[in-house]
Amino acid sequence: MKQENAVFDQVLKASPEEFIKTWVSEVAATGSVSGSAQNDARELFAAIQANIASDADLNRIDGDAWARTRSVLAALSQSRAAQGASAGDTNHFVMSIKKPLFDALQKDLGADARGALQAVWLASTLIDKLAQFTATTYQRSREDVIQRQQQELLELSTPVVKLWEGVLAVPMIGTLDSSRTQLVMESLLTRIVETGSELAIIDITGVPTVDTLVAQHLLKTVTAIRLMGADCIISGIRPQIAQTIVHLGIDLQGIVTKATLADALQLAMKKAGFVITRNKA
Amino acid sequence: MERIPILKMGRVLLVTIQVDLQDQVALGLQDDLSARIEQTGANGVLIDISALEIVDSFVGRMLASISGIATVLDATTVVVGMQPAVAITLVELGLSLEGVRTALNVERGMAMLAVDDRNRIDD
Repeated sequence: MKQENAVFDQVLKASPEEFIKTWVSEVAATGSVSGSAQNDARELFAAIQANIASDADLNRIDGDAWARTRSVLAALSQSRAAQGASAGDTNHFVMSIKKPLFDALQKDLGADARGALQAVWLASTLIDKLAQFTATTYQRSREDVIQRQQQELLELSTPVVKLWEGVLAVPMIGTLDSSRTQLVMESLLTRIVETGSELAIIDITGVPTVDTLVAQHLLKTVTAIRLMGADCIISGIRPQIAQTIVHLGIDLQGIVTKATLADALQLAMKKAGFVITRNKA
Repeated sequence: MERIPILKMGRVLLVTIQVDLQDQVALGLQDDLSARIEQTGANGVLIDISALEIVDSFVGRMLASISGIATVLDATTVVVGMQPAVAITLVELGLSLEGVRTALNVERGMAMLAVDDRNRIDD
């Protein structure tokens, strides 16, 4: 075993229970402590101890020898990220190991100032690296969550609804960008083929702004629908948006536009040959 | 060279494209079709592209030009059964096929041509 590993091994072996207790109380003293701190500390302690005992290089935590510690840290930061703990708290938990470790080193090497300083330096860089690794993993798992939510948002906000025999509607909600338009276009066109619908209504009541780019996306969708052999009505154009469209000089010619979804449905029924009557009581 | 068959059904010519169109085949179809319209005096052309999965700008342009040629020869062209992916590709290529009539399937395309034919007689 390398000399520095032997020093740390001895320090960790001395009184594990005491070590973990100091660690957890240090976490509690300077930050919020989660319910599983005790167990997490025990698990992480065991992993670090095992890796040091197996003569892992203290300067390179990305090596195979540190695999166990890394997997414990990864699991820790993932579960904390899922529970919504802050990055600071998660990091703080790992950093707090310095307190018991330095205490123990001082007790063991107190007389030998030179040796103690070197050991502290090694311990400090090692723990910094472990904390850095935790932060990176934490951030990555948060980013995964964000990405998944974005994907879900994308799919949630674009349902294709069947309004009547041969009439489909897409209530668009949120800002229209290229990827949204692509998704809407694909799902709408697929549904047109599946249901053999000849009319599609795109309702843009939920679209907050229409600029030239959004208009271009709408035009593309309408053209694609027409190429498939179906017709398209755009509805839900609010007065504000109508004004913007005219002021920007966007050409919506050749596209049937209606103020409300009700108007669009009425037109769709008329085109499909339905007559709406009302039986008064 | 491969040729796309052209079937005559009454006053309508039916073209079903079952293979991915090579440029030469597409040009051949354009020649054959214009000759057949002239021979038969057909007033409707129905092009079924439901089996077509890959298009490029050339094929897109060819569809537009076939429609243009047919119009000059006094026949209405209807393109039917375009796949969603094909429609999206054509739009992304900037080909909106203005002046080409479209329908969801052969049945509706035929109905469209029948209405068109009746209107001609009325005129």
